[in-house]
Amino acid sequence: MASDRLMSSVEFHDVSLTYQIEGRSPVDALNGVSFNIADGEFVAIVGPSGCGKSSLLKLALGLQAKTGGVIRIEGKDVEGPRRDVGAVFQTPVLLPWRTILQNVLLPADVLDLPRNEATRNAMDLLVLAGLKGFENKYPFELSGGMQQRAGIVRALVHDPRVLLMDEPFAALDALTRETMSIELQRIWMARRKTIAFVTHNISEAVLLADRIVVMSARPGCIIAELPNPAPRPRDVQFLSEPAASELSGAIRTHLNRAHELQSSEVIHS
Amino acid sequence: MSMTFGHSQPPPDKKLGEKPASGFLQNTERLRFAAEGAVSIIVVLSFWEGCVRFFDVQPYIFPAPSAVLLSLWHGIVSGIYIAALAVTVLEIIVGALIGATAGFLLAIIMGSSRLLNRLLYPWVVGIQTIPKVAIAPLMLVWFGFGIESKILIVSLTSMFPVMINTLSGLRSTDPDQVALVKALCGNKMKILRFVQFPAALPYIFAGLNTAIVLAVIAAIVAEFVGARAGIGYLILQANFALDLAKVFSLLVVLGMLGVTLSLFMRAVENRVCFWNRRN
Repeated sequence: MASDRLMSSVEFHDVSLTYQIEGRSPVDALNGVSFNIADGEFVAIVGPSGCGKSSLLKLALGLQAKTGGVIRIEGKDVEGPRRDVGAVFQTPVLLPWRTILQNVLLPADVLDLPRNEATRNAMDLLVLAGLKGFENKYPFELSGGMQQRAGIVRALVHDPRVLLMDEPFAALDALTRETMSIELQRIWMARRKTIAFVTHNISEAVLLADRIVVMSARPGCIIAELPNPAPRPRDVQFLSEPAASELSGAIRTHLNRAHELQSSEVIHS
Repeated sequence: MSMTFGHSQPPPDKKLGEKPASGFLQNTERLRFAAEGAVSIIVVLSFWEGCVRFFDVQPYIFPAPSAVLLSLWHGIVSGIYIAALAVTVLEIIVGALIGATAGFLLAIIMGSSRLLNRLLYPWVVGIQTIPKVAIAPLMLVWFGFGIESKILIVSLTSMFPVMINTLSGLRSTDPDQVALVKALCGNKMKILRFVQFPAALPYIFAGLNTAIVLAVIAAIVAEFVGARAGIGYLILQANFALDLAKVFSLLVVLGMLGVTLSLFMRAVENRVCFWNRRN
């Protein structure tokens, strides 16, 4: 796929990560992970806990050094943190001494971007995320869902091409989670970023992603890549449609097979 | 959930049942607290006054509250106490400011590099274990009977609590917040400015609260060792003259000074660290 090379926004090529703790045998967290994310594509990475999917994002963010392979974003090798990438973490990680607007403007402060332009963009995004009227509140005055919305707005404020999201809704209750997924889809459709969305929630992945990358654990590697061509915008009802159930079923089958394989290996050894 | 909290008010407390919910209840509670305190003071002072009169205790052994109040009045009206207080407060404020700044900078330096931390650590621990008041006579030799030696002792005393607290504040930063700034290409300076320093503020204020109490002690002791002015100097003078009513009245002044300083610190802290849930 030569044309894919030009179109790809994020490329993982044979990425591996080995933890070496002194006095113990090395642990393979990731082994030969290769996949691409096209420009403007929404890809979900699904896998059991401990399969290294969060580590994969840390590597892409340049916060951790990989053991082997190549990660390329917008055609350039990832050697450290970079300004064309936005990150959303499992918890909102808002700074309690800053108002919502000041929190959202943190990237502008850290990257020394012009304040006026950043503020205008931040206000637009806050409206888009349904946080209008909350810009001068402090984080502790907002609910968990609203805090995470602010976290997403913060990741977008410096207008990165790529958004890396590490189980962003994991800390929210099931209902808020669904609303937030729909919100995220709306924001993504308005701004068309390339998104890598890590989750262990299968329905979340089916609802949101254009393509689903399934990972297995120990060592983390890719066992399937499933396209999800259903039209957008999708709503929660979409999850009860046959296409969605079929896709969820396929993901589950892949995950179960990997799990059984692993269990039998353990028994044999 | 209400969204209308002003930021001067404390954050919504999850254990609402433990605290009075409405402002009215809080006001009556506060009033009751003040009333009980006043009653306690009046009862004890009356008992004290009664005992001194009944047993005819000599004022150079133990003065009656009325004599103490009278002495306080004379001291204030004559301007002697005000002049002395000005000297002592100057020593405390200037000394604490210098000490706190030095402690803060030392903590930043020690927190920024492991090597500097290892090089400075033995000195810091060594100097910290010496009671600073024991250095007072030495300071007198080096810097004389004037205000300089007192300021120096006060700064040495107030430096350590600020340094230790700032250091633990800088080290207690949430790693996720640091990762956030790092992911935005933030260098060490940016991490310090946007995350570590604000996160350390409650710790720094805890250090300042300790420092200001120790600063009062240090200033008085330094004046005891050798001075020409200040509240400590007056106490020593009155003690030699066996004017115990004056000694007591000066202790009252010192008590009020301590309360004022720590209330002031508390007010500044609440303003600066309004977001801190521990308050």
